[in-house]
Amino acid sequence: MLIGVSILIFIIARIIPGDPARMALGPTATQEMVEQYRDKLHLNDPIHVQYWFFIKGITQGDLGESVYTKRNVTTDVSTYFPATLELIIFAALIMVCVGVPLGILAGRYKDKSIDNISRLISLLGVVTPSFVWAVFLMIIFAFYLDILPVAGRLSQDTVAPDKITGLIIIDSIIRGQFDVTIDALKHIILPALALSLSALGQASRLTRSNITEVYDKQYIEMARAYGYNEFKIATKYALKPAMIPTLTILGLDFAAMLGNAFLVEFVFAWPGIAKYGVQAILYKDLNAITATTMIIATFFVITNLIVDLVVAYLNPKIRLSGK
Amino acid sequence: MMKIFKSRGWYKFSKNPLSVIGLLIVSIIVLMSIFANYLTPFPEHAGPFVDIPNKIKPPSSTYFFGTDKIGRDTFSRIIFGYRTSLYLGVIVLCIAVPIGTSLGLIAGYFGGKIDAIIMRITDIFLSIPPLVLALSIMAFLKPTLTNAMIAVSMMWWPWYTRLIYNLTRSLKNEGFVISSKIVGASHFHIIFREILPNCSASLITKITLDMGFVILIGSSLSFLGLGVQPPTPDLGTMVSQGSKYLPDIWWLSVFPGLAILVIVLGFNLLGDGLKDLFDVEI
Repeated sequence: MLIGVSILIFIIARIIPGDPARMALGPTATQEMVEQYRDKLHLNDPIHVQYWFFIKGITQGDLGESVYTKRNVTTDVSTYFPATLELIIFAALIMVCVGVPLGILAGRYKDKSIDNISRLISLLGVVTPSFVWAVFLMIIFAFYLDILPVAGRLSQDTVAPDKITGLIIIDSIIRGQFDVTIDALKHIILPALALSLSALGQASRLTRSNITEVYDKQYIEMARAYGYNEFKIATKYALKPAMIPTLTILGLDFAAMLGNAFLVEFVFAWPGIAKYGVQAILYKDLNAITATTMIIATFFVITNLIVDLVVAYLNPKIRLSGK
Repeated sequence: MMKIFKSRGWYKFSKNPLSVIGLLIVSIIVLMSIFANYLTPFPEHAGPFVDIPNKIKPPSSTYFFGTDKIGRDTFSRIIFGYRTSLYLGVIVLCIAVPIGTSLGLIAGYFGGKIDAIIMRITDIFLSIPPLVLALSIMAFLKPTLTNAMIAVSMMWWPWYTRLIYNLTRSLKNEGFVISSKIVGASHFHIIFREILPNCSASLITKITLDMGFVILIGSSLSFLGLGVQPPTPDLGTMVSQGSKYLPDIWWLSVFPGLAILVIVLGFNLLGDGLKDLFDVEI
């Protein structure tokens, strides 16, 4: 799958008109300089040789130099990626902790008022782009109520803890700097909320439909007939079969957040990979764009793999069929 | 025309107030954007118009949603922005749906090697988050409306391939397909006359739902400055430019943001209504 993605990105990067060397050097460069640069990027070689160099670079963790920052893009990506990772992990937590229970409640009390409220919330979540949420949340919490900061990862006078994982919240907890943790948490709430709202809607809709389906099954009826209490039925008999199909989609949603992170980071000036990516796009920075897309695709594929493994473990139909 | 309102389908559809609201929203927006020249108070504000004395006016009875930095009426620009969005949505789906549908039909009907090749390619496209794929395509193109349409279409067709593929696979074994095969119908006939019409309910529903989401992605692209360029009015661009002046000139970003919400909501409610009406899974 990753090979396929790499081919796709490679083709997009090469097929589309425009000379990357010319773009990188700008209109003032001489023909000679452009030729030299083309040689350096192996652009004068036949296409399959170019692909070979490209793959060789990826496997060695060397994706070339960024034209804009003049650093190796692998270094760049490793500087910016943790910020994004922190953001989407936090957003995913909100998505799972709010979206799934909301869906369960809606599914359990189908067509009651709690169901309608939950459906309204999820619908609004799904139909509103995350950048619009970002603007709304910013107006309400940062300007009108003035309780949360507007932009960035930390306040200006706060020093980031020494890097261990690159995730400021975790780093500061490890180092015991709890005031930094609180500051970082304050900064992450709004962007994470804006990012999670659309995924949250989807998660709760999906959970709802799966839960309703399970509640129509005969074994739930059976459990009721035995006189088990509703809480036990919900947690023990209904949740697990309903969560298996939900989990697959949650994995997809989690990975898709990387795409939406582009929009949210833009509004909140979050120094993440998305901001780097947009900058790369604006400066036509070929290597940086390729690296960003590859990182995101890799992340996507890995997430899906993990989800598949978890589902296989949870689902006895798959777990036992191999034996 | 009146016959539609007496039909059984309409009765079922009108039973659900949400679907009717969706239909109303969509029809009002479509009509307004078609007749934008006559309906908006300041149609000339859609272009590069400057009216400095009236700049940064808060919402009032003359300017419903206020005016921007150079005195243009936000309300008029939103209606023209809807026109851009709908135009983008229609063109993208006009490109993506035929490509996706025919590939899905071919892969599902013939199976074997063709199936494997087409579906693997589809999987690769589906394995990149949609917005990222569109962004990486836009990275190599000039940011214009046409190119944004190309980028969004490039990422949209695989969903149709997958939908139609699954439908075709199950329809292939239906009695009417097998019997037309037995009487010697051509592949062409079976695919386009037997299988495709039976996919139409799912297709129409998916197109309606997608119209909203294409508009959403399109506005996201222009929000990042990679889609429609000013002075052409576009909702995404308006939000992104307006957000620079928060919180003082809030109306510049809040109203276009709400406008996106409303149109996507409309298509979504309508699509959900159709889904119940046709009783299809998407």
